[in-house]
Amino acid sequence: MLLQLDGVTKHFGGIAAVRNVGFEADEGKVLALIGPNGAGKTTLFNLITGALEPDQGVIALKGQTIKGLKPFQLAAGGVTRTFQNLQIFNSMTVLENVMAGAYLRGKKGFLRSLFSYHGWCKEEKMIREKSLVLLEETGLAETAGRPASTLPFGQKRLVEIARALASDPCLLLLDEPAAGLNSEESAVLTNYINKLRDRGTTMILIEHDMETVMNAADKIIVLNFGEVIAQGTPAEIQAHPEVIKAYLGEDEKIA
Amino acid sequence: MRIKKYSGLLIALLLLAIPLIAQSNYVYGLFIVVGLYTIIVQGLGILMGYAGQVSFGHAAFFGLGGYTAAILTTRFSWSPLPALLAAVFLPAVIAAVIGRQTLKLRELYLALATLGFGILVSIVFAEGGELTGGPSGISGIPHFQIGSLSFDSDGSFFLLIWLLVVMLMIGIKNLIHSRTGRALCAIRESEYAAENAGIDCSRLKLQAFIFSALLAGMAGGLYAFYVSFISPSPFSFHASVQFVLMAVIGGLGTFWGPLIGAMVVVLLSEVLKEVIPLIIPNAGGEYQIIIYGMILVILMIYQPQGLSSLRNRISLRGLK
Ligand SMILES: Nc1ncnc2c1ncn2[C@@H]1O[C@H](COP(=O)(O)OP(=O)(O)OP(=O)(O)O)[C@@H](O)[C@H]1O
Ligand SMILES: [Mg+2]
Repeated sequence: MLLQLDGVTKHFGGIAAVRNVGFEADEGKVLALIGPNGAGKTTLFNLITGALEPDQGVIALKGQTIKGLKPFQLAAGGVTRTFQNLQIFNSMTVLENVMAGAYLRGKKGFLRSLFSYHGWCKEEKMIREKSLVLLEETGLAETAGRPASTLPFGQKRLVEIARALASDPCLLLLDEPAAGLNSEESAVLTNYINKLRDRGTTMILIEHDMETVMNAADKIIVLNFGEVIAQGTPAEIQAHPEVIKAYLGEDEKIA
Repeated sequence: MRIKKYSGLLIALLLLAIPLIAQSNYVYGLFIVVGLYTIIVQGLGILMGYAGQVSFGHAAFFGLGGYTAAILTTRFSWSPLPALLAAVFLPAVIAAVIGRQTLKLRELYLALATLGFGILVSIVFAEGGELTGGPSGISGIPHFQIGSLSFDSDGSFFLLIWLLVVMLMIGIKNLIHSRTGRALCAIRESEYAAENAGIDCSRLKLQAFIFSALLAGMAGGLYAFYVSFISPSPFSFHASVQFVLMAVIGGLGTFWGPLIGAMVVVLLSEVLKEVIPLIIPNAGGEYQIIIYGMILVILMIYQPQGLSSLRNRISLRGLK
């Protein structure tokens, strides 16, 4: 098992944003995290990536607690994410964004970078090639040289995913990747997520769109007011009375 | 295409030929100062334009380099080369100490800390008694010398400085086009995302800060050897602001920016010093400062990206 949460709690002031949450994410599987606005989904990502520390509980990656590790250390351990409110490197080109994401694949530090002639650097060439492959895959190849700020919203989301993948993560966290996309963009994205899943990338996906979730996820965790109210396979969740009540309202049905 | 790519290099080479043709000590002197400031602003440019941090204390590192070289050669009879190495080393160590505490915090903490540090250091220079020579400073600093190679003429010192500038600029070009350069940019754009890509932001910012302090120290040491006399005044807070200004005016995050910024600011104040008395007879120094300030404000309004972005516009119009 890749990731394990046990009794994880996080308060902001008096509010418990995450309360006694426990679940497991298995290697090669897609876990979906759903729940209404403010349920604590993004906070969970912040906890898993080390951006926040839990007040209580244990988070373990590959059987080892991540307590005290910073986000950059967890990234080195294979955990990367995308952001709900895009965090693109705007003034850099699309290719540079992805190459920056491949930071961990290189080794040259400050001094060695100063002294090794940039045109001859093998590491640089390797990173560039791998990044171009990712751009090809995400359909961004044509935009490689453009400043990332000039891309439409949907493509920016793809840049974030490509950037996150550039470090070869063992666990990819996607925070509402389809939010704000039109149906066409959203279809491209869902397609890509399914492709990643088929390739065996372990993902935790926060997503509001039920169709995407039901199609992509192996397991679903439902959060409400910071608590896990249900977890199970898509079929189990669809039939779960608590979920229908809390998440969708009494009278709605899941498609 | 090719001309555009190399136009900066061509212009720079032409400019550097001027002093060699003029063979005047005044022109050499101007270019030496521009070169020394370029070294400082290159470092500051990495810190500000790439790592996104501001320092208002670089005149202090400049001064620490100068005083280290001066004190070691005059009071302890070190030879110039080891004294210069010490002038590089000491500011780097101090920057490491300051940066370690402040760079963990975001935004403006470094700017505040360096501001305070700069003021503190200038007081130490002025009140340092025997060691720093107080307000009257230290004189009798020897010429720079490596073994038997002595840089005692302005011409030879000019060549030394610009050799260093060129080497530094090659290094910086390498840095910018490396994973470290990209990581620095990433920090400036979004620390969250940078950390998430595995970049240790506080460590890298610290390295950029140390690098910039070290360069300022080197420039300070070389400056001391060049003028052979130092006092606290060139290392005041005012000078720190000048350096920031040069970095901004040249264009942050650009390759040619630091060189252009240093050159424009030095030449501008030099030209004003000559021209203003011709236009306004018996004008005091304050006119110079006012007009200088006005020009800088106008530059910042009409060319907020810095002067180096002018190049793209001109070459787009002219060469396309
Ligand atoms: N840094 C913070 N400081 C204070 N409160 C916070 C912070 N981050 C989140 N919260 C609060 O914690 C709760 C959970 O927020 P979170 O962003 O995790 O929800 P979410 O499930 O991601 O919601 P959404 O679907 O809107 O993205 C909210 O009440 C939010 O206001
Ligand atoms: Mg959220």
